[in-house]
Amino acid sequence: MRNILSLAVGLVFGIGLCVSGMTEPAKVLGFLDLAGLWDPSLAFVMGGAIAIGLVAFSFAKRRTAALNGEPMQMPTARAIDRPLVVGSLIFGIGWSLAGICPGPGVVNVGFLNPRALVFVAAMAIGMLAYKLVIGLRLPAAGPIGQDA
Amino acid sequence: MTLDWAHFTPWASLSGGLLIGLAAGILILGAGRIMGAAGILGGAVDPRPGDVGWRLWLIAGLLLAPSLLMLFSVARAPLIETSWPALILAGLLVGFGTRLASGCTSGHGVCGLSRLSPRSIAATALFMLSGFATVFVVRHVLS
Repeated sequence: MRNILSLAVGLVFGIGLCVSGMTEPAKVLGFLDLAGLWDPSLAFVMGGAIAIGLVAFSFAKRRTAALNGEPMQMPTARAIDRPLVVGSLIFGIGWSLAGICPGPGVVNVGFLNPRALVFVAAMAIGMLAYKLVIGLRLPAAGPIGQDA
Repeated sequence: MTLDWAHFTPWASLSGGLLIGLAAGILILGAGRIMGAAGILGGAVDPRPGDVGWRLWLIAGLLLAPSLLMLFSVARAPLIETSWPALILAGLLVGFGTRLASGCTSGHGVCGLSRLSPRSIAATALFMLSGFATVFVVRHVLS
């Protein structure tokens, strides 16, 4: 059940990313280029997604279990700490160098784009590098559900 | 500030955004998980027993979305113009940064803002800020 649901979520998410234009790096970069010709489309994507998200999460917050019976794994971390700040700044630099973030990167691999494949491979290496660097300093990973 | 009217797609972007929000809503209400692309990929790259299958299915959905769209011939293949070295650097920074920050544009930007999480609001403001600054430097200072 969870697998079929996840497949459907991936399809709707991916189609949404394509329709919204966010799989096009030029549109992302057009939003991030405030000093050039500015394309506000990305703000409309966020606005549309959050409009639905606000309703869905307001229901989800009041539940302890999901509809499939599994526990609701809402993120529990509260602190605006150094990893959050430094990580977000690093992510922003990478995001704006290519105009690609993780979701659209994967969708663009589905377009059989070789550059997207290289981007996603590098991203996976970056994730493993994080595990190596942080894994050496922290004994255990946080509980499941901390990831936003 | 000058608006790029030629490329601005308010309706398509709003509709796509509604679909992204719908997907996030289905996942949290249906299976109790946050739809964050970086978190989902991170858990597939560094697997925990019993918590991998659904991630692979969701990633399969993302990969199949273009083919499904192309059945109706509305999908446009993306144009990635970044040079190879910059593309690799970008991927490394995105992978490392999103794990360190516990989220990306979907996890913090969409789901976190929808939860009204102060952490995600801070994360989104910061990655937007460093994105604006990086594009400014690349497009208007270096070139």
